[in-house]
Amino acid sequence: MSRVSMALALILIACALSLINAQHHARKNFVELEHLKKEARTLDEEWGQLRLEQSTWAGSARIETMARTQLGLITPSLDRIRMEGASPP
Amino acid sequence: MNYHSKKLLKLHLAPWRMATVGGLIMAGLAVVGGRAFYLQSLHTDYLQGKGNAVANRNMTLPAHRGMVSDRNGEPLAISTPVESLWARTAETRFSEAELTRLADILGMAPDKLKLRLQTRKKGELSVQRPLTPDQAARVAAMGVPGLSLRREYRRYYPAADVAAHVVGFTNVDDLGQEGVERAYQDWLAGKSGERHVLRDRRGNMIRDLEPVKIAQMGGNLALSLDMRIQYLAHRELAAAVTANQAKGGGIVVIDAKTGEILALSNLPVFNPNNRRNYDPQRVRNRAVIDTFEPGSTMKPFTAAAVLERGLFTPQSVINTSDGLIVGNKRIRDEHPHPSLTVTEVIQKSSNIGAVKMAMTLTPEQFCDTLHRAGFGQKPGSGFPGEASGHVRNAKTLKPVEQATMAYGHGISVSLLQLARAYMAFANDGEVVPLSFLRREPQEVIGERVFSPQVARSVRSMMETVTHEGGTAVRAQVPGYRVAGKTGTAHKLIDGQYSADRYIASFVGMAPASDPRFIVAVMIDEPMAGAYFGGSVAGPVFAQVMAGALRSFGLPPDAPLEPARITQPTLPNPIQTHKAEATKNGRPA
Repeated sequence: MSRVSMALALILIACALSLINAQHHARKNFVELEHLKKEARTLDEEWGQLRLEQSTWAGSARIETMARTQLGLITPSLDRIRMEGASPP
Repeated sequence: MNYHSKKLLKLHLAPWRMATVGGLIMAGLAVVGGRAFYLQSLHTDYLQGKGNAVANRNMTLPAHRGMVSDRNGEPLAISTPVESLWARTAETRFSEAELTRLADILGMAPDKLKLRLQTRKKGELSVQRPLTPDQAARVAAMGVPGLSLRREYRRYYPAADVAAHVVGFTNVDDLGQEGVERAYQDWLAGKSGERHVLRDRRGNMIRDLEPVKIAQMGGNLALSLDMRIQYLAHRELAAAVTANQAKGGGIVVIDAKTGEILALSNLPVFNPNNRRNYDPQRVRNRAVIDTFEPGSTMKPFTAAAVLERGLFTPQSVINTSDGLIVGNKRIRDEHPHPSLTVTEVIQKSSNIGAVKMAMTLTPEQFCDTLHRAGFGQKPGSGFPGEASGHVRNAKTLKPVEQATMAYGHGISVSLLQLARAYMAFANDGEVVPLSFLRREPQEVIGERVFSPQVARSVRSMMETVTHEGGTAVRAQVPGYRVAGKTGTAHKLIDGQYSADRYIASFVGMAPASDPRFIVAVMIDEPMAGAYFGGSVAGPVFAQVMAGALRSFGLPPDAPLEPARITQPTLPNPIQTHKAEATKNGRPA
């Protein structure tokens, strides 16, 4: 009888310890998850900012101004452009 | 054993001492017990609240507004977080040097900043919103008590004024005010979520205490606009408005197959990123909201109305020599011709010819055709505040009104509506519903307006407009067949037709063999001399149409003309190219 009780008590202790361990792991993972989520948000925001930057630098108006002033390019008049049987996209 | 009986151990205590000590101990116990009782049961809410305040956190999960992009994913409106500076005026303590430094960072005059911070209002005060990332870092480094940075989302429009009228803008509270931002507010707006979490000593979140209310991020929106065409349209329109010293103008580009609006631009325009000099007149999307008298761009509908009833054929000859009088109005032609075929009436834009055709119809028949083409009804693009234009009631239509409507006076349309109506000619009689959103091809169900035969014959009449002898030779696009119609209308000012103020317009389509694009151009009050639709709006049409055809890579459908560029001394790459093309058996 007392042996059984002893064994049960040991099992109980083991269970309790593993519960604590599991809880600890869960919390650690949760913290990491939160951390990564935050990072994802930051990266997402950064991506938005970079897209904004990209479209500002690559804006047609800016490129046209640069092409005209810095590179001295001009838009060809329509009769100097010829379309040769292009294939549709 | 009885200790009392032993003399040695007998304790002589005064009864008062017993009472005092016993009483003190009991009192001490009572105090502790009472305190415990007080803390545990009477004061418990407060204490638990304090505990929770340290460990529990209610967090709002911010949701930002969705991105608006063009059909190729080019961003047109993006929300991005920015820091703004807030001050608790009661807590801010500044040294004079700090104030000057802060003013320097913010780019404000120190006196102005001081005045701003001196208002003894309770609570928080927004000092400046938004800050640049650099400013934010420098303010944070100062570490002045009472100043705090707060993260907010701000909307940016990278295309600036180029797509301003379509995209619109939001106000400070992120509510759409104009354009697509307003029309699709519900879709674009995010819904912030909430979560309740337990935190540890270090401030890390360790557990959710309640189910998380997930933040719903605003949906992204892909518009039908194509920024390449939009930019081209905007640029060419601006150039034409400047060159013609016009008051304003508008341009609409539609994909005739799908009803998608590929470009829409108006002048005057505004910059949605900087609304300090907000002017409601500049914010108006005139092409959609305002109406005008279209003038001769209406004549193809008059022709279609008589053709579909078999009253005329494209070859029928109309006598246009005599001045025509309807009611008390004399109908005149700018350039009189003795007689014209129906095709030539369109080509040379004869008012007399158009009126003679329209007068063979009953008012009901005429108005029916116009209604079917969508005049007098909202074009259905979903844009906030779109105009329906005005067509007179057939029951009360006087002959003189019917006559003037035949050449586009006494009727009002919006530019978008006009472009939409031309879809019937471009699409073999079918009009596809308009859309500002990108569409998948299978979604499209058209509405029949004219029979394919009528639509095709009107289209081939309109093709002659850009040929030699037509009103819009300058609307030609090399390599492609172009169909279109010019319009030159006297402006109605205070109920009187102005003698020297005009609206010049051109609506056309290409490639005419199977039109893909419709471009409608309107120039308001050109004052630099030229005022005919063909010479003012026609070149804008040609540039934009050429660019659109090129960027979509549509094959040319016109017979190749001999090369105009000849440089005899240098080998000409274009000519060699052409020689190869003919050798390869391409259509020459």
